Amino acid sequence: MNFEWTDEQRMLQDGLRRYLSDAYDATGRKAAREADRGFSAETWAGLAEMGVVGALFSEDQGGFGGSGFDLALVFEEMGRAGAVDPLIDTGVLGGGLLATFEPDTLEGVIAGETHLALAHAEPGARYELARVAATAERDEGGWRLSGRKAVVANAAAADRFLVTARTGGAGADPDGISLFAVERGALDFRPYPVVGGGTAAELSLDGTPATLLGPEGGAYPALAAVHARATLAVCAEALGMMEAVRDLTGDYLRTRKQFGQPIGKFQVLQHRMADVLIEIEQARSAVINLAGNVDGDARDLHVAAAKNLVGHVARLVVEEAIQMHGGIGVTEEYDLGHYARRLSMVDHRFGDTIHHLERFIALTRDAAPLEGAAR
Amino acid sequence: MNLEYSDEHKAFRDDVCRFLDEKLPEHLTDRGRRGRAPSKAEHEEWHAILHEQGWLAGNWPREFGGAGWDAVQRHIFETETTARGAPRIVPFGVAMLGPVLQKFGSKAQQDHYLPRILDGTDWWCQGYSEPGAGSDLASLRCEAVRDGDHYVVNGQKTWTTLGQYADHIFCLVRTSKEGKPQEGISFLLIDMATPGVEVRPIVLIDGSVEVNEVWFSDVRVPVENLVGEENKGWTYAKYLLTHERTNIAGVGFASAGLAALKRIARAEQDGGRPLAENPHFAARVARVEIDLMAMATTNLRVVSAAAGGQAPGAESSMLKIKGTVIRQEINALAKTAAGPYALPFQSEAVEGTNEEPVGPDYAARVTGQYLNNRKLSIYGGSNEVQRQIIAKTMLGL
Repeated sequence: MNFEWTDEQRMLQDGLRRYLSDAYDATGRKAAREADRGFSAETWAGLAEMGVVGALFSEDQGGFGGSGFDLALVFEEMGRAGAVDPLIDTGVLGGGLLATFEPDTLEGVIAGETHLALAHAEPGARYELARVAATAERDEGGWRLSGRKAVVANAAAADRFLVTARTGGAGADPDGISLFAVERGALDFRPYPVVGGGTAAELSLDGTPATLLGPEGGAYPALAAVHARATLAVCAEALGMMEAVRDLTGDYLRTRKQFGQPIGKFQVLQHRMADVLIEIEQARSAVINLAGNVDGDARDLHVAAAKNLVGHVARLVVEEAIQMHGGIGVTEEYDLGHYARRLSMVDHRFGDTIHHLERFIALTRDAAPLEGAAR
Repeated sequence: MNLEYSDEHKAFRDDVCRFLDEKLPEHLTDRGRRGRAPSKAEHEEWHAILHEQGWLAGNWPREFGGAGWDAVQRHIFETETTARGAPRIVPFGVAMLGPVLQKFGSKAQQDHYLPRILDGTDWWCQGYSEPGAGSDLASLRCEAVRDGDHYVVNGQKTWTTLGQYADHIFCLVRTSKEGKPQEGISFLLIDMATPGVEVRPIVLIDGSVEVNEVWFSDVRVPVENLVGEENKGWTYAKYLLTHERTNIAGVGFASAGLAALKRIARAEQDGGRPLAENPHFAARVARVEIDLMAMATTNLRVVSAAAGGQAPGAESSMLKIKGTVIRQEINALAKTAAGPYALPFQSEAVEGTNEEPVGPDYAARVTGQYLNNRKLSIYGGSNEVQRQIIAKTMLGL
């Protein structure tokens, strides 16, 4: 049992924290927000050069890390800075699938040259991973896709789209889901900004030409694996954001005066802030649990537990921080606004608190509760 | 990072499990499962079994007859034993007084008292709280005035847990009214057979007696029973509190409680199906289990830092709050789960007899436990006091 980072991880953490705090000063954040692609090309290039994309992959895959704890570290720092770069989409989701099905193309992803978008979710599917209605039909020399894809993140920047569609099965059947690569030029779509930074788009597929990646009808296990890692990433990112919000709010409570004293001297605010701190530590533990299990047998249990817990805590942190700040907390210009918007979107990616609570119940109903903790 | 125990600690855990399989008597865990507090004899029986193994005082150094365990070993032992429903080790002698005597007591005090704690000769209780001096302990008033070779003690203590079984009490007493309130306090050992000591039980909300008032009227205590220096008792008391706070999260108790809760929810029928399948109920159980999974890791993070030599500070306040809230929620859900059979009043006194409980046996004590465990967020420094500590030390407010 050991909760310390290795020397290499600590070096990456220090470097990344320094780099991001420069890149995401007030000017940097505004530039990123206003960029057509939803993030700064310069910052992205810098991240790739530092090896941050590579840290998401194992040495076998051409990277420098790839463990759950490597992901947790990187995304906690991304969150702390309020970064909007599509590292989850290009790195964890798209890159993760390419690592499985087309490893020779990963080099361009790790170098920061290729951008990816995973088009999987559909209108009406909410967060149910195996619910796919889009279909693929074999065409001479390739495949053609039909259907709709919803809120496809990083669409504006993507060079390639990875798209799921059924070659068999129906409804929410995990079997029969296949993965395809689609070139950007083959798609007609209009990207839109999303709350908290970045872009997404709705895709209409109407006989769209595509290339099959991996086994026909057998994409689900890889999809579930990259979604588990993406859930870890978004939980760790939320943790970093919550720590930033905690610091902002603590500073505010120490400096803002009312009734002749700093408002942090009022017991009611001290107690609320103490509860916020306790819950953030709970979120940190849940992220650690998920990071340590993301490639193991108890993966799905920890995905459900961590995402549910982080969803609850993120909401608490956003709402309490705004309330304790007062009016300034709901303004666009103050830093808290950015974190609050982005943090309040965590629940809307990869399953919300209710979705994961149901998953957790299904996975634990007949199991004994944990006895003892570490194993 | 690595969530697995080291090989040494895994081997230790195996030893603990093997020992519990062989030596933890079933009648002691049955008691735990039905939520009844152990009797004095049951406490003494379990202490004797642990003493024979050399495991009663895991936190004591070997030179004083302890097991000399590190923080992780203590955590493993506490979690495994409490999760199985074993009686807890009564903390007053082993966890509280022992470490104080080892650090601040005289050689004579160490030689006399420490072996008697281990072999069960002496049963200690704690005399800290007073009416008007609970979480604000420094305002205590119980007074000790020097008279030749003796102190003469007058005043009252309260919330003295298991004081009805004790033959000795360690007390904080006021020996000076000069200076700051913390400065005139001394740490005194008192034989409860001394004339002028009177114990009066306090009947609790669930009908049980586990706490008492202790009254002192001109009680003469030999000066050699003073621990350390006169008026320095606050220092020793604070040292003691850091020891009291090991296992403050109560992960094992919560795990045992959650297992019991799930058993009840599977056994109770609700609309023709097990209560466990009611989505509203299942959601609340799942929420508390998710919280417990995270807290178990928060606890390990603190334990791991302590094993690395860092003194746990305000982190123990976090664990106190989260741990007690989780246990109280589990108790509340168990009471809900029992349904109408939460209504019969079945106090410990009733359970002490051989009468069959009314309704299913798992329901007999759920209400009592729910009510009794409201204490968890009050004693040992209320959760509000813990929040003050966090705000001050971790947030700089």
